[in-house]
Amino acid sequence: MDLLDWALLLGRVAVVFAGLLVTVMLLIWMERKVIADMQTRMGPMRAGPRGVLITLADGIKLFFKEGIVPAEADRPVYLIAPVIAMLPAFLAFAVIPFGTSVTLFGREVPFQLADPSIGILWVLAMASLGVYGIVLAGWSSGSNYPLLGAVRSSAQIISYEIGMSLALVAVLMYSGSLRLSEIVEAQARVWNVIPQFPAFVVYLIAGLAETNRPPFDLPEAESELVAGFHTEYSGIRFALFYLGEYVNTVTVASVAVTLFLGGWRGPAPDVLPWVWPLLWFLAKVLAVVYGYVWVRATLPRIRFDRLMAFGWKVLIPFGLVWVLLTGAIVVLPDVYGRGPVVAGAAVVFGALVLASVAAPLLRPRPAAEVGR
Amino acid sequence: METYYQSYGVVLAVLIAGVALVAVAFGAAALLAPRRPLPAKLATYECGMDPVGEGWSQTQIRYYIFGFLFVIFDVESVFLFPWARVFEGLGMTAVVEMAIFIGILALGLVYAWRKGVLRWV
Repeated sequence: MDLLDWALLLGRVAVVFAGLLVTVMLLIWMERKVIADMQTRMGPMRAGPRGVLITLADGIKLFFKEGIVPAEADRPVYLIAPVIAMLPAFLAFAVIPFGTSVTLFGREVPFQLADPSIGILWVLAMASLGVYGIVLAGWSSGSNYPLLGAVRSSAQIISYEIGMSLALVAVLMYSGSLRLSEIVEAQARVWNVIPQFPAFVVYLIAGLAETNRPPFDLPEAESELVAGFHTEYSGIRFALFYLGEYVNTVTVASVAVTLFLGGWRGPAPDVLPWVWPLLWFLAKVLAVVYGYVWVRATLPRIRFDRLMAFGWKVLIPFGLVWVLLTGAIVVLPDVYGRGPVVAGAAVVFGALVLASVAAPLLRPRPAAEVGR
Repeated sequence: METYYQSYGVVLAVLIAGVALVAVAFGAAALLAPRRPLPAKLATYECGMDPVGEGWSQTQIRYYIFGFLFVIFDVESVFLFPWARVFEGLGMTAVVEMAIFIGILALGLVYAWRKGVLRWV
């Protein structure tokens, strides 16, 4: 590696960092606008055209606000917690391939910061590190509401992390690689979302829970816990939590796009070949995030016991079954040949559909309905 | 293709960039933000009342049980990842063996379920 390589590396890191921050800025604006639209409101209008600079204005405001450290707080942990909450989100994004590559100064610059051979595991590891920030913040505040929020949050995140890792295992089994660039390569013919649709659904739900987004925003349920784990935070430290949460949303959406929606793949004209993959990637991430915002506008927050029950009684058993089914789907054609397996799968699937249609018909009607 | 250490070097660069961002943010806030601590400001948040006792209230044991369950299934996924990487070459035997392993763990989950551990009371 010579000087140019180092310069390109640093440039790449800087550009991705800046790009991520700008994306988050626009994303928060988009979320507020979309939600406002769904609730027939205007949303932010003042800062910049159509209020597009509202996030910047909010951020600048937070710089000028006093950062209070409560007297009861455990000072060092209290100060470091927002940093721990924010950094893993950036680190997870470092392994996402968001385009092909471009030739600059005679060097090929890939649109992916790092491509370690353990890509999926890295994403998972960073996702679980994020919980430390939340738990430490809640604990070190020395206050009731943050503590309750943090404990809730840890229970929620670890529960849904299992579902998420099961979904990722299924994708790994199907693609045969942990390296994210190879997983995108493997989706050249058909996107993983089609053969791995159940894993996709599990991942999206677990992703909502991992990022504490509605309807799984119980750690900061304002009607019960004031603001949850960041009740005692103000000023720039609060801004870091906020930033981390949205970077996390972008990362979760990017992972969904990379693993299930073909990554940067998409039809492209022959001009500027490096731009189109980038645009496709952005468009897909936007679509996933739009879905998350839509869910937020549609669904009410679910009760905590139901949240845990759903995670442990539905998501995890379903994920386990799907992992084994994927194993069978991958291995069986080698043993019995493709034709019989497809036929067998079709018969089983047909029987399941028939059973789910027939089940309500066979059930006796409730008495009240019969009498009407 | 990047070498093994190179890709982690980049990750390290991201970490440094993140820490730099935090440092700049904290530095700017230290310069710009006012600092006028008052006893009332530094008091623990409570809905309009003076807080009583210390903030670290007791939390229920049920969180602890879920922590246990999580460890079991997290270790399971640690076993699942290497298996998922290589099972295709090993064929049906590997799938059946993993099915038995998952079955045993699933039995544990069913047991916990029947015992009412998963019920949030």
